[in-house]
Amino acid sequence: MDMTQAIILTIMTAATPLLLAAIGELVVERSGVLNLGVEGMMIMGAVAAFAIAQLTGSAGLGAIGGLVAGMLFSLLFGFLTLTLVANQVATGLALTILGLGLSGMIGEAFIGLPGLKLAAVEIPLLSDIPFFGRILFAQDPIFYTSIVAVIGVSWFLFRSRAGLRLRAIGDNHSSAHALGIKVVRTRYLAVMFGGACAGLAGAHLSIVYTPQWVENMTAGRGWIALALVVFASWRPGRALIGAYLFGAVSIGQLFAQSRGIGIPSQLLSALPYLATIAVLVIISLNRRMTLINTPASLGKSFVPER
Amino acid sequence: MENHEIEIPLLETRRLTKIFGSLKACDGIDLAIAPGEVHALLGENGAGKSTLVKMLFGVLEPSGGEILWKGRPVKIGSPAQARATGVGMVFQHFSLFEALTVAENIALALDGNVPIEKISDEARRLSVDYGLPLDPSAHVADLSVGERQRIEIVRALLQNPELIILDEPTSVLTPQEADKLFETLAKLKAEGRSVLYISHRLEEVQRICDRATVLRHGKVTGACDPRQETPSSLARMMVGGEVAAISGAGLGEPGEVLVEVSKLSAPARSPFAVALKDVNLTVRAGEVIAIAGVAGNGQSELFDVLSGEVTVSHADQIRIGGVAAGRLGITARRLMGCSFVPEERHGHAAVPTMNLSGNLVLSRYASDRKTFLSGGWLGLINTGPVATATKRISTDMDVRKSLVDPLAGSLSGGNLQKFIVGRELDRQPRVLIVNQPTWGVDAGAASRIRQALVDLARSGSAVVVISQDLDEVFEIASRVAVINEGRLSVPEPVATMTRERIGLLMGGFHDGAGHPQPEALHAH
Repeated sequence: MDMTQAIILTIMTAATPLLLAAIGELVVERSGVLNLGVEGMMIMGAVAAFAIAQLTGSAGLGAIGGLVAGMLFSLLFGFLTLTLVANQVATGLALTILGLGLSGMIGEAFIGLPGLKLAAVEIPLLSDIPFFGRILFAQDPIFYTSIVAVIGVSWFLFRSRAGLRLRAIGDNHSSAHALGIKVVRTRYLAVMFGGACAGLAGAHLSIVYTPQWVENMTAGRGWIALALVVFASWRPGRALIGAYLFGAVSIGQLFAQSRGIGIPSQLLSALPYLATIAVLVIISLNRRMTLINTPASLGKSFVPER
Repeated sequence: MENHEIEIPLLETRRLTKIFGSLKACDGIDLAIAPGEVHALLGENGAGKSTLVKMLFGVLEPSGGEILWKGRPVKIGSPAQARATGVGMVFQHFSLFEALTVAENIALALDGNVPIEKISDEARRLSVDYGLPLDPSAHVADLSVGERQRIEIVRALLQNPELIILDEPTSVLTPQEADKLFETLAKLKAEGRSVLYISHRLEEVQRICDRATVLRHGKVTGACDPRQETPSSLARMMVGGEVAAISGAGLGEPGEVLVEVSKLSAPARSPFAVALKDVNLTVRAGEVIAIAGVAGNGQSELFDVLSGEVTVSHADQIRIGGVAAGRLGITARRLMGCSFVPEERHGHAAVPTMNLSGNLVLSRYASDRKTFLSGGWLGLINTGPVATATKRISTDMDVRKSLVDPLAGSLSGGNLQKFIVGRELDRQPRVLIVNQPTWGVDAGAASRIRQALVDLARSGSAVVVISQDLDEVFEIASRVAVINEGRLSVPEPVATMTRERIGLLMGGFHDGAGHPQPEALHAH
């Protein structure tokens, strides 16, 4: 494996959790729900994956456990914001704080234990392709899942009728309700999908990226994923590009630090957010762009008439 | 008449009731719609029309009574069920998704999984058949209000409904667009479909409807053949008393010039806004100038520069009482004796989440500082005088509310509009500028608001009314101007103005043929 391959692989590994969490949140936001609890769902996924892998001795079960944990945790958010119609921003923030605390408590017993690593799966023949084979087809299952998720979500949102309904709800939930589309049910499903993706993203951190449990090990990646959704202007393909871009930045930051290059690391870690602000400014310059690209009912609570 | 009795109605409701908390929104409604009939549903805002049609379309569940379809009792539990039964609906506030294309919007209302391409073709065919041109691949965000309504109609037609419900369809259309719609309705009727037509425009109802059911306070107050009635007898059934006839003709000789707009041009502030082009307007004390025009031709832009929400490049382009005011903001203009009522009630004219007294202080804290505020720079609100003023305004304008000082957003559109107009009139302003004073307001409230505007002019103030409603324009104006693509025609006395001429001016015909004008209209 040469140096270039190694760098690309490192970047992809750093990007996978960002991409997964972002693609999940993208679906949630497309349905008009703003879940700021991505960081909390990720860390719950991370601790659950590590714990279950430890207890069962299977990293694969750990990954599934992380996914389920994220989904269950998101159901709490769904219940509060969709059934009890609590404020989405406040609930999302609370979810993050709760997740960070709860995961610290659960994970206390696992600090310092050597972790299990989810094995890479080499796809026969394809992984023998020169250069790209090792990069694309000899990866861990969560990486494959993230790519399948991008393609699947793209198809779902823009090709399927259910995806059209989901986008309609995100654009105008009252009209969608008047047409007989099940607003709350669809949003529950979207929130659960987002939770599952965030949970799996967290699992990637604790059983692939750095197979160990460290408190607060998500280190703000949930927030980067949230920024990424806006950066991608709610389009899955752009989320893929953005995730790899942000992944490269985070690796570049480590690289610059180790080489003592004079760029302040804080500036580099702020880069994803600066890029997101730039995208927001560009979108809002044009009202039509905003109308067509942003889910108009994002963050608004929906109370059906009875 | 005999026929109606024998024939089984397409749709019938018996004692249909809907209760919200302690309010009976619909109270034992009996309604029968015959096949191939255009049936009008008349009533003021809050009379229960919307609640009734929402039950017919399965959006709301009835609290009591039954719905019969072709003589058989049915349960319409969801819009999908309504569509399957054969009921199509065109909503008043369009239920369209701006971020989606026309075809996607249509697909959403259809059940099953018909490919988008097929829906596009079908929609294109239908839109041509019914004279409602549409491009299925366009984004709704880019379409005009009239085009948006066509989507709704085509969407309803695609399901081949036997009954089509239209909720206030012409409130957003030009007279010409409305005529086209009536042609479409005639075609639907000829095909044997029934139409339930909800409107508060009596003239229209008389023109196109075979029968009418009138609602008031959730109850049926009359069923009639609208052609046998006069507008005032219909209005009486709607509001339960004579609607006062209003006339601006009785206004006296106009006095001094209070507002003078000269050579005012303003660039469009966004791709969706309209640029104002060389606007000239003189408004005198004691007159009502109406500015007619189709929505989106620069009305809100004109209102914004008149109110000071947007300032203009040269101060003397707008003079108020002789003082150059073009660079002054809205509060400064209020202090000069002006009052303004913008079009959008929620969020512009009033804050829906604040109560009425709070909304009163927000618009008059500067002009009525002495009354409403105390404590010098602290600006403490004097709750007593504010409450008194709120009560006075509510009484003067007959604002109906359940609490003493409710949230603005909890009032019906008509009642909130009465409060907003009353709030400004209560100051006895020298100049009042109003944008669409009675949009979406029921007949009783509209009549009250119009009378108040005429009374203000009679007491010697200058009034500018920007309105799309031609009936209103003819009722209250002393002079009429028309705005089209940001250009304002020269105001003409209402006595010499005709609907045809306004229609031509709205369409941009500024030749003035047959109407000798002192100045060539925007020759450059």
